[in-house]
Amino acid sequence: MIEISGLAKRFGTHEVLKSLDASILANKITAIVGHNGSGKTTLIKCLLGLDQYEAGTIRINDYQLTADWNYRAQIGYMSQIARFPENLSAREVITMISDLRQGSPTQATELIQYFHLDDEMDKPLKTLSGGTRQKVNAVVSFMFNPDLLILDEPTAGLDPISSSSLKDRILSEKEQGKTIVITSHIMSEIQELADTILYLLDGKIFFDGPVDVLIKQTGEKNLERAMAKLMS
Amino acid sequence: MNTLLKIIKYQLHDLLRGKWVLVYTAVFFVLTDGLFRFGGDSDQVSLSLMNIVLFVIPLVSIVFGTMFFYNSREFIELLLSQPISRAALFLGLYLGLSLPLSAVFLVGVGVPFIYHAGFLGGAYWILLLAGTSLTCVFTGIAFLIAVHYEQRVKGIGVAIVLWLLLAILYDGIIMFILFALEEYPLEKLTLILSMLNPIDLGRILILLQFDIAALMGYTGALFTKFYGNHIGTVIALLTLGIWCAAPVWLGFRAFLKKDF
Amino acid sequence: MRVTAAIALIIIGFSNLYGNSVHVGSQYSLGTVSEGISKTKSGDTLIVHEGTFLERNLSISHKLTLIGIGQPIIDGGQIGEILRVVADSVTIEGFTFIGSGLSHLDENAAVLFEEAHFGAIRNCTFLDNYFAIYISKSSHCLIENNIIRGDAKTESRSGNAIHLWYCKEIIIMGNHISGHRDGIYLEFVENCEVMDNKSSENLRYGLHFMFSNHNQYHDNQFYNNGAGVAVMYSRHVDMRDNLFADNWGSAAYGLLLKDIYDSTLINNRFSKNTIGLYSEASNRVQIEGNDFVSNGWAVKIMANSMDNIFTGNNFISNTFDIATNSRQNFNSFNQNYWSRYRGYDLDKDGIGDVPFRPVKLFSLMIERNEPALMLMRSIFVELLDLAESYIPILTPATLIDEQPRMRLNS
Repeated sequence: MIEISGLAKRFGTHEVLKSLDASILANKITAIVGHNGSGKTTLIKCLLGLDQYEAGTIRINDYQLTADWNYRAQIGYMSQIARFPENLSAREVITMISDLRQGSPTQATELIQYFHLDDEMDKPLKTLSGGTRQKVNAVVSFMFNPDLLILDEPTAGLDPISSSSLKDRILSEKEQGKTIVITSHIMSEIQELADTILYLLDGKIFFDGPVDVLIKQTGEKNLERAMAKLMS
Repeated sequence: MNTLLKIIKYQLHDLLRGKWVLVYTAVFFVLTDGLFRFGGDSDQVSLSLMNIVLFVIPLVSIVFGTMFFYNSREFIELLLSQPISRAALFLGLYLGLSLPLSAVFLVGVGVPFIYHAGFLGGAYWILLLAGTSLTCVFTGIAFLIAVHYEQRVKGIGVAIVLWLLLAILYDGIIMFILFALEEYPLEKLTLILSMLNPIDLGRILILLQFDIAALMGYTGALFTKFYGNHIGTVIALLTLGIWCAAPVWLGFRAFLKKDF
Repeated sequence: MRVTAAIALIIIGFSNLYGNSVHVGSQYSLGTVSEGISKTKSGDTLIVHEGTFLERNLSISHKLTLIGIGQPIIDGGQIGEILRVVADSVTIEGFTFIGSGLSHLDENAAVLFEEAHFGAIRNCTFLDNYFAIYISKSSHCLIENNIIRGDAKTESRSGNAIHLWYCKEIIIMGNHISGHRDGIYLEFVENCEVMDNKSSENLRYGLHFMFSNHNQYHDNQFYNNGAGVAVMYSRHVDMRDNLFADNWGSAAYGLLLKDIYDSTLINNRFSKNTIGLYSEASNRVQIEGNDFVSNGWAVKIMANSMDNIFTGNNFISNTFDIATNSRQNFNSFNQNYWSRYRGYDLDKDGIGDVPFRPVKLFSLMIERNEPALMLMRSIFVELLDLAESYIPILTPATLIDEQPRMRLNS
């Protein structure tokens, strides 16, 4: 699905990604993990074309990323913090993005119900709570039914009920054959969701493989302990 | 409707909610109307308006422009993850601000003028042209600054300093140069210096429309001769055009390369 | 036409009482004006009927009344002078004079009065002459209601419309003058009155006089002349109710006063001139009740002008009100109205409580460095002027109106 080779990115003198190679498999949930500042978000932004990289190539479904932006039509992106024009309502944002993207948000109505957002749709986004905004964020990312979902800390700020609804949704999307890339600090969540782990350390891939293999290799009982052992 | 127009549409939508634009229109309208009511003929009103245009428009355009760009960060980031080209997004943002600001100025100043004077004289056209150009120039500079500086406070600070430099200090520096080089013929130099700052260029183009041209003696004669003939007019308009285009183009280049 | 003819007949009737009438015209035996003049004796009337007479170097040496019926044209063909008067009491009325010749040696005029007193030139039209009316060493003459139009292109190839030289007691009134070098030119002229004339579009000055004391100029309009009006080296000049307008150019002014002493300048209007009033080495001039409106500089007064009194004038919408070339000031400014004045009047006596300084710093700067004009009306300059108006460092500290009027002086 996604082939990354020799990807390098620096901010000023700080090298965030150092000639990184990785591949992300189709129809799987791949978790990108690593401690703060390890380059998780940068990697995601490179995939989306939000950040420009100095060297390397990224191929998505055998399409090599250039300045062309059309490939983003297959991607649904959920950012770490929901970023919306403050004066607009959720409904207006959905209408606007559908209008700009010239696609039809086939899943929108169903998602709004799924996340119980019906009463919040017409309020200005700045009046909504962080969690509610994050749910709107999820609606916007999922509503075009894209093949590739990129989710940056999707459950951050959600209450336990919403959080498990979202996780269920992620799993059901995978069931429908979607490729999903996810980052999270919550290891139990990753253990619950992910098939494969990309562990980033100092701008390189430190571990790339199935979650159960990682746990088995370290001999720990769960992912969190396995990761802790790996990092020490 | 293509993406660019759609982005402009949503920008307008957002601007109109902000009420800022209405205040800006009202200020121009009340000022122009007031100047007429306090008994000015169209020439006097134009001259008084000139000072306001040359002072207020660059300040509002540059400060409001940077703030506007920073406030659009969410909108920009949201759209960038969508299948939308950066070029269309940037131009949409720029036109979505510079066009309404220009329109607001034209309406706020033009309507009371037609209402009171019943016509738009030659000098007045130049005033409107200068105001519109300065709006486009300083919105462009604002975007360039906002693209360049990640931090909002820093960006707005730079915008205000740049405005001070172009609106006030530049003329101080010119005066210093003119008196330091008093012994030399300076007319040609002043002509060049007048083009290096869009505010000065606007001011001189407006002043040349009034009989003040004659008052300027040899310098005035040179300016009248230069800006009065076709080549001079073309060069002046071209320079204004470059001033409008250059910051936008530089900002555009930076925007294409920017990390979000 | 009938009325004119009737008046002419009456005049002819009267003149018959005093002398004989001689007729010139196609209907009469005399076909030229020169023949006609030669047939007259002192005190006669020569009546010239409608027609064009190609004649020049005519000369009148005895008392004569010259009357044109139906505006006869005497065309000098652009060579030499047309009519020379060397006798007293000659009246010329109702003619059109065309084409006295351009010359670099002679000041050829359409009508020349040379030591001719008690004469009159009335209701005549002068077209394309080198000099139109030239009065020399004469007195008690009247130049009235003439229309004088020249076709001057360069100063060196054109003469003056009305030119007086060593004259006394002349009245110049109601003439319309344009297109000459100077409209009205007076040199060594005394006790004359110039009134109700319009002088415009002349290459150099609408009115120009030198060494001419004790003259009065009132109710004239001088506008759109190359350099305005210049009055120099004279005493006891009285100028009232005149208009000086629309003189634009790098060396143009409404009125130049140079070496003028003990004179009055009252109730005149200066509008839209590059410089309204330019005063150089002029002393003891009373400048009162004038309106200075929309000039580049309302008044430029050089430091060698002293004891002039500016009072009760209105300064409205001028780019600069007063400019001077020095920190010294020996003139007084009092109770003028300044449209730029922003003071207040707490005791409501119509006089501002804060004095007004009419000299701007910027006007001094461009006096010294003209290219600095490109900064006119810039914010920087406005700030400089503002600072200087609170703490005068470079502008004359004593050039100040202590009693600025809150309202227009009427």
